[in-house]
Amino acid sequence: MAAKEFDIPVLPTYIEIPKINEGAMEGDGPFKASKEFQNPLGFPGEKVDNWQEVAIAKMGELKSKYRSVQVFLDSCVKCGACTDKCHYFLGSSDPKNMPVARQDLFRSVYRRHFTFAGKHFPKLVGAKELDDKMLDDWYNYFHQCSQCRRCSVFCPYGIDTAEISMAAREVLDAVGVGQKYCNQILGKAITIGNNLGLPEPALRDTLLDLEEEIEEETGVAIKYPLDVKGAEILLITPSADFFAEPHIDGLIGYGKVFHQDGVSWTMSSYASEGANFGMFIGSYDIMRKAALRIRKAALDLEVSRVMVGECGHAWRVAYSFWNTLTGVGAGATDEFGLKLQNQLDSRYPQPQHIIEYTHDLIQRDKLKFDKSANDDRTVTFHDSCNVARATNMGGIPNGQFILPREVIKAVCNNYVDMERTTIKESTFCCGGGAGILTDDLMEIRIKGAMPRMQALKEVEKTDGVNTLVAICAICKSQFSKVLPKFDFDPYMIVSAHQLVSEAIVIDKPQTDDSEAEVAEESVAE
Amino acid sequence: MSAISTLFTALFYISLVIFLVGMARKIYQYWITPAPLKIPTAPTPLTQTGVVMRMAREVVLFESLFKANKWTWLFGWLFHLGLLLVLIRHVRYFWPGDLPEIFLLVQPFKYAAFAMVIGLIGLMGRRIFVERIRYISAPSDYLMLIMLLVIGVSGAVMTFTTNHTDIIMVKEFASGLITFNWADLPTEVYFLVHLFLVFVLMAIFPISKLLHVPGMFFSPTRNQVDNARKKRHISPWALKQEQEHAVKLEQTLGKDE
Ligand code: HEM
Ligand code: SF4
Ligand code: SF4
Repeated sequence: MAAKEFDIPVLPTYIEIPKINEGAMEGDGPFKASKEFQNPLGFPGEKVDNWQEVAIAKMGELKSKYRSVQVFLDSCVKCGACTDKCHYFLGSSDPKNMPVARQDLFRSVYRRHFTFAGKHFPKLVGAKELDDKMLDDWYNYFHQCSQCRRCSVFCPYGIDTAEISMAAREVLDAVGVGQKYCNQILGKAITIGNNLGLPEPALRDTLLDLEEEIEEETGVAIKYPLDVKGAEILLITPSADFFAEPHIDGLIGYGKVFHQDGVSWTMSSYASEGANFGMFIGSYDIMRKAALRIRKAALDLEVSRVMVGECGHAWRVAYSFWNTLTGVGAGATDEFGLKLQNQLDSRYPQPQHIIEYTHDLIQRDKLKFDKSANDDRTVTFHDSCNVARATNMGGIPNGQFILPREVIKAVCNNYVDMERTTIKESTFCCGGGAGILTDDLMEIRIKGAMPRMQALKEVEKTDGVNTLVAICAICKSQFSKVLPKFDFDPYMIVSAHQLVSEAIVIDKPQTDDSEAEVAEESVAE
Repeated sequence: MSAISTLFTALFYISLVIFLVGMARKIYQYWITPAPLKIPTAPTPLTQTGVVMRMAREVVLFESLFKANKWTWLFGWLFHLGLLLVLIRHVRYFWPGDLPEIFLLVQPFKYAAFAMVIGLIGLMGRRIFVERIRYISAPSDYLMLIMLLVIGVSGAVMTFTTNHTDIIMVKEFASGLITFNWADLPTEVYFLVHLFLVFVLMAIFPISKLLHVPGMFFSPTRNQVDNARKKRHISPWALKQEQEHAVKLEQTLGKDE
């Protein structure tokens, strides 16, 4: 399965809607989770005997708990507006990767079991039984959806295939057919505290090494504090930032910004993960469990601000869901939420994105940059889907598009956007979101990356773009892997805070003193 | 009253009851089903007013569809606009006595039927000839369009050809349905087909994709305010779960260190 031969798409000069090619991405889907990964999350270790019954009951439960599922299943008019909007369809031409067709895998079963027309006239309305073949199709095609929500932007009713994907994955988990990649990672996240299973000593070592390295390079002791009680800011960042390339250069950037601002900050070894794969498998409870570690860390460390590093779905969970799940935010009415919100400083948005923080410092002239440090770069920005379509920054309309671009433009001289229909709310997913970022799904990862790569190729040709910025750990990992397949330099993908890091002018301790003296003198005058 | 008039009178009430009860049940279902998480899709409105504006643009202009596909938008919008005008023009049949003047404003729009039919033909054409849309279509999707086409065409035939029906009689029949003064209806085949299919349409409304009408207003990706950080959004089931497990969770958390 994983070793299947496939062609890497040739980049066209513009994105053509492919002719449909049925069965192009047929297959067994990603590796399945065994007992050892299923059970800790409370899922059956293998496909249960009465799986059909369990699945239908679960569907009934989900549609009564989620208005999105109920309304979306009923409302689709099959207008086809979404059919050419999914990067996986554009890249693979498998019709089951058209958003509405993906939903229909789920909808046809819903119709058969829950609607009058589907119970009595299944053929007429395309209602289908949930048999082994259908379940296999669910497993395969709901793991070819990165829950990027591009389809939702264009649907006249906002039907969001991501919601259906999450529901389908929840049903799959409930019958014992889980995905190894997601569930294994979740097991680590909710017991050890991060997706890598990196324990506290290892994390501490990594950060110490990093501090040494930076001090050697810059001559300034920039700290990457861990578990510091009473710090002002708790930074929650994807664990990839601790060791993966190019992520780590972003982490270096965060530290430099904190250092320049002179704020006290810390990370937590107990909650050392911003990513929350609970969202990918659609589980409210597991998502909440992962988020609760962060609340506990915030309470234990007595911080007054919670901040999130560069990670797309982490920011979605943090911005859109944390307040719901655990009360990180404002406007709580219940006991624990009030407790937490009393501790947090209400003058700042909670949680805050690192981009919002840096942007604010730039606005207030708190940071100095030598933009020429990035003069060898012509930069473009990839809007990560979860940030772009499911969150906001800065509390202004479309702030999630504006702020990152302003930060980038503040630290480099050459910036261009990719084609209008491939950025902002219409951005194309990197191809690796929502549990797709695993080697056993390499074919769909590469094919799904095609539309983004095409838009990038265009600006490479016309403007000489040689740097791609993303603020998402998944995007960064995915691009590192797929860029070379499309004849790009794999190192062209960087964090926004890597550019910040390269351009920022760090005050040396001695200049600090002399500046202070100057300040004192001017006060004396 | 003739047998056929009695039959159609009965069918009217039956389909009306199915429509009203069915829609009420569906709307109630949507209403009580919570949206546990904030999931508005960009570009998101940050205020309630913004949501109202967004919804208005979607309902009146089909904004998202316009972004998605100009042809589908054109045909879809023509069809719906035509349908709306045609429906308003139909009020005169049901209104007992003289029509309030406001309705006279739409009387000149009798050509709306053409907009409706052209729109429907366009949508049908896309469904048949665009491979992707053909792939996602079930028989019911074609039937729905055919039914609306037959309704539209039979109506237009009565308006624009010499196959006129007796409008006075139609008015007596239709307003009689409202005031319970049942009367005979004209029995030209165009009219009977037209009317019968309208009854069918009403009856299948709550069990078909016509649920897009209420669905549109309940869609959480479109009707939510993007203010998750400022205001805690929580569903009744999540709150209950939270309260029931609150103590247990606090105790178990961190025990694994
Ligand atoms: C609030 C009022 C309504 C709104 C905002 C609305 C909106 C839409 C939109 C955006 C579409 C997709 C584009 C298209 O295919 O035309 C659509 C499709 C459709 N609508 Fe409506 N609609 C409304 C009322 C109705 C009513 C009252 C009917 C029927 C009696 C109706 C029948 C249909 C049908 C049959 C389709 C599918 C067309 C196809 O098969 O391609 N709509 N509607
Ligand atoms: S959410 Fe994204 S990946 Fe999933 S069907 Fe929609 S466009 Fe495709
Ligand atoms: S755009 Fe929306 S309504 Fe149209 S086919 Fe796709 S999901 Fe269905």
